[in-house]
Amino acid sequence: MTGRKPSLSIPAEANTAAWFFLAPALLLIGVFFFLPVAASLLLSVTDFDIYGIANASNTRFVGLQNYVKLLHTPDFWKALKNTFYFAFVGGPLTIAVSLGAALLLNSKLVRFKGFFRTIYFTPFVTTLVAVAIVWRYLYHTRYGLFNYGLSKVGVAPIDWLGDPHWAMPAIILMAVWKSFGYNMLIFIAGLQAVPEELYDAAEIDGAGAFRRFFSITLPMLAPTLVFISVITMIGYFQLFAEPYVMTQGGPLRSTTSVVLLMYEEGFRWWRMGYAAAIAFVLFVVILIATLLQFRLQRGERA
Amino acid sequence: MSARESVMDSARQRQRIERVVLYTLLIIGAFLAMLPMVWMVSASLMPSGQASTYPPHFFPTRITFAHYTDLFTRLDLGRNLLNSAFVSFVVTFASLFINSLAGYAFAKLRFRGRDRLFRALSTGLVLPVQVAMLPLFLLLKNMGLINTYWGVIIPGLSSIFGIFLVRQYALAIPDEMLDAARVDGASEFRIFWSIVVPGIMPILATLSIWTFLATWNDFMWPLIVLSDASHYTLPVALANLSGEHVQDTELMMAGSVLTVIPVMLVFLFLQRYYIQGVMAGSVKG
Repeated sequence: MTGRKPSLSIPAEANTAAWFFLAPALLLIGVFFFLPVAASLLLSVTDFDIYGIANASNTRFVGLQNYVKLLHTPDFWKALKNTFYFAFVGGPLTIAVSLGAALLLNSKLVRFKGFFRTIYFTPFVTTLVAVAIVWRYLYHTRYGLFNYGLSKVGVAPIDWLGDPHWAMPAIILMAVWKSFGYNMLIFIAGLQAVPEELYDAAEIDGAGAFRRFFSITLPMLAPTLVFISVITMIGYFQLFAEPYVMTQGGPLRSTTSVVLLMYEEGFRWWRMGYAAAIAFVLFVVILIATLLQFRLQRGERA
Repeated sequence: MSARESVMDSARQRQRIERVVLYTLLIIGAFLAMLPMVWMVSASLMPSGQASTYPPHFFPTRITFAHYTDLFTRLDLGRNLLNSAFVSFVVTFASLFINSLAGYAFAKLRFRGRDRLFRALSTGLVLPVQVAMLPLFLLLKNMGLINTYWGVIIPGLSSIFGIFLVRQYALAIPDEMLDAARVDGASEFRIFWSIVVPGIMPILATLSIWTFLATWNDFMWPLIVLSDASHYTLPVALANLSGEHVQDTELMMAGSVLTVIPVMLVFLFLQRYYIQGVMAGSVKG
């Protein structure tokens, strides 16, 4: 559309200006995002690899072979399982901690709210790679502060990042610390929108703190909760830098996530067709999880 | 003492206990939230080896800046600091301009197919960026941009989310104001620059801080695009260093401080805009 046929309601100059304003953004997003996404689907049905990078004519169409191969690869299932573990344990844990912090900060009895809010939010803005390195030392079996603290209450040293059973919980703990502050802010905004009169009325009716939380706060927060679950899950499904820096996906691949697997296959071994198939599976998983959460919310309302 | 007074008294008593519990929890929380950062700074000032002792030292027995000197001399991390600063500033300012032009056009300019186009663009919000990475790498390779700053910068120059955010905010600009300027003969760009931009300043402030922090902290894409240590952004250089110098705890902590300090400063000075943006529920993580 070039604005050659201006209608009565749309002046030609405004029309032309609009396309000038949009052109840079649409061009950039089209060429450097939508085009690659579409190409990724094509790439996933080819055997594009290091020979393909040298010369594209070395690439063949292989149909769904990459996907079939994925389903028969234990490492892929392991990565999927690890990612689910991280998202479905770490996600709810993060949300619970965020909600707890928001409730504390929303209390009328507390002062210095801005001070505490800043402190709680700070981990969220820090550089993931840097804090992952810091936490790697905090988790050190001999010298780390974690095991030192635990030794004070009589717990034997845990090999946090070296034991396949503990490595993922260790990463989850760090992720909770890093990201709860963001959700906390959104929860505070949600809590402030709950009408004060509801609590006053409940108090007069003799409802205790727990009763008030479950029959007023939680239902009123439902839309916020759905929003937060969706964005937290989407973010957690994309787990990459934490295992890359802290464990390199080990021990025994117990922290290899789907994105880390995609990175290794695509950018370390240059099996790009195969890696593209992994990326698409990730997309489908995220899409299903998102739709499911919106469906659940609608189901509850009906 | 009347019954009424004793009820008030016990209510006051309960409130006092409640307050003590609340503050105790808040202070424990603040302690846990700050502990890793405080230890990072503290360990970065320790003499070599002191961070790896049992029982652990929490504070240095003697403060040394030797590890910071090391970072800038032997390891040349100053170079990577500049790379990060350059990439982050260019992406922030360029994307701010490009996204606000488009966001404003979607909000206020009338053209055929506008809403359909905007809906189509919005579908991109559900696509994880990792899906685009493999072909994007090949595309940039063909353009000769692998292992250049532009390979990192170009994909960040415009974002659907940024356009989305500006559009939401620009919708509130009154049409009469824009039409009056048109009647006065102002060009469309002039209207954008002298009426729209000042009007959407708050969201531009939020968006710019958000973009700066996200670009500075980004790891995966720079890791893929940059292959030469002199081109690395700070997080990539740091991750690379942590493989080689895993035993040098104090040195690695100094490197972490160097990486985190700039974003912390930006956040602490501008947190008002940043937090407002998040609280409005308008910025996604």
